[in-house]
Amino acid sequence: MESDASRILHELQSLRASKSDIDRRISALESQLHQINLLNDSVPNGSHHSISTIDNSHLNGHHAHYLTPEMIHRYSRHLLLPSFGVQAQSNLLKSSVLVVGAGGLGSPALLYLAACGVGRLGIVDHDVVELNNMHRQIIHTEAFIGQPKVKSAAAACRSVNSTVQIVEHHEALRTSNALGIFSKYDVIVDATDNAPSRYMISDCCVVLGKPLVSGAALGLEGQLTVYNYNGGPCYRCLFPTPPPTTACQRCADSGVLGVVPGIIGCLQALEAIKIASVVGEPLAGRMLLFDALAARIRIVKIRGRSLQCKACGENATFTQQEFQEFDYEKFTQSPLSPSPLKLNLLQADSRISSKEYHDRVVNGDAHVLVDVRPAHHFKIVSLPNSLNIPLPSLEARLHEISSALKEEEERKGVGSGSRAQLYVICRRGNDSQRAVQYLHKTGFTSARDILGGLESWAQDVDPNFPTY
Amino acid sequence: MDTMEGKMNTQKADPKPEENKVSSVKIKVLFFARARDLTSLTEMPLEVPSGSSAHDCLNDLVARFPGLEEIRECMVLALNEEYTTESTIVKEQDELAIIPPISGG
Repeated sequence: MESDASRILHELQSLRASKSDIDRRISALESQLHQINLLNDSVPNGSHHSISTIDNSHLNGHHAHYLTPEMIHRYSRHLLLPSFGVQAQSNLLKSSVLVVGAGGLGSPALLYLAACGVGRLGIVDHDVVELNNMHRQIIHTEAFIGQPKVKSAAAACRSVNSTVQIVEHHEALRTSNALGIFSKYDVIVDATDNAPSRYMISDCCVVLGKPLVSGAALGLEGQLTVYNYNGGPCYRCLFPTPPPTTACQRCADSGVLGVVPGIIGCLQALEAIKIASVVGEPLAGRMLLFDALAARIRIVKIRGRSLQCKACGENATFTQQEFQEFDYEKFTQSPLSPSPLKLNLLQADSRISSKEYHDRVVNGDAHVLVDVRPAHHFKIVSLPNSLNIPLPSLEARLHEISSALKEEEERKGVGSGSRAQLYVICRRGNDSQRAVQYLHKTGFTSARDILGGLESWAQDVDPNFPTY
Repeated sequence: MDTMEGKMNTQKADPKPEENKVSSVKIKVLFFARARDLTSLTEMPLEVPSGSSAHDCLNDLVARFPGLEEIRECMVLALNEEYTTESTIVKEQDELAIIPPISGG
């Protein structure tokens, strides 16, 4: 039985590999055919969009467009829309869209952009698919966990529409590669998750004159706007000063309801489709604010282009070279590839590894473990017998630590010579250091933090301990 | 001053006494994104002396919620769903929205 199963699995794997290879070849040939068929290759480009009409004079036959019978069938519901129709679909088929980020926003954006039939669809991402992405990054499937998001997203897009040319940019976006990648596309979709990338993408779009569909989501809120289009502002016009790092929250820290980026990502696809197909009124000069809990969408008129803007203002001389030399990480004081912060505030003798802590628990050493995470984190998972005092309330609850220590000393019958130890833990080992610093100042001089927090406990002591 | 406003102000001293004599305007302040975290509110009524600018309103809000200082330099300010500068004078029943950027995705 087992060998049967493994034989089948093996065969499935090899069939899938050949299938994706064939899909890629079909897609490549079809796009070659596109290029041959498309006599009018000029695509709406930059902030000075003109409606590109199809030049019918080159056509022979009785169809006033370039749609193949298969295209007519596939996109029939678009063609039936009086306000979309053949013209808009033809524009779409000739356009190219780049989605930066194949995460919560990029997932639905990419699926719709592939489905709707943009001519060429680029995906930039350097990350791999993880289990804790799955609740919102709906383009990825469990089979791709551990594999590059670009690969996973491209496979999903190809399976939705094999006639679209999907381009995989499996690399982190940097000032060194952004100009080269962006210049190959008509519309850029910002589906990233951090401030430095947002400034970099906006500046790159300004330098190259590309419209930028920018979406963001966190917690239960989303924001959407189109930058650098039709005289509208760029990201820097709106936010010339970057937010302080404390205000830059990440989904990995603050949480996000999966469907919220899903909704914003769908709206990003919609705006990109409108720009690429030259229909409707793209959301330039306006910002959409989505409030999931209140079920409310507000659209706020935002400022026009700022004459003082460093990137797109009247006297701005922001060149490609300046862009390439600009240090976005320094400007925003945060890394382009956000990784968890690793503070190092304490002396080594004020710290203890999770393994050492484990040994002391096993020894039955008298101690109190204070967990300084927020209460809703503590509810997810915690170590046995830990006392939850969230960092912001530490000052007000010091007496609880004193009495817990006293109680532990009585319980364990610790002699007057020695004391119960005080350990502090958090999720990753940053807040626990801040707490220990504070505890040292307030007389708990023996307090120590557990290096790397619960994550290191899960990694080094108990592999079954849940991580989040 | 309506009762809601009275409640919100219990911890804070009212504006200087002489300002209470001049007429005032009541506006609604809407908080978004990080501003919601910092104030624990989605909206609140605010009463300011007549002739106050959006800048004055922001000063008043930062005095009530010092945490807002954090995003003072990085927000979109909208009055009645339209972009405004801090020098705009607020009027009775205006809606002042404080919109810091979200970066997540």
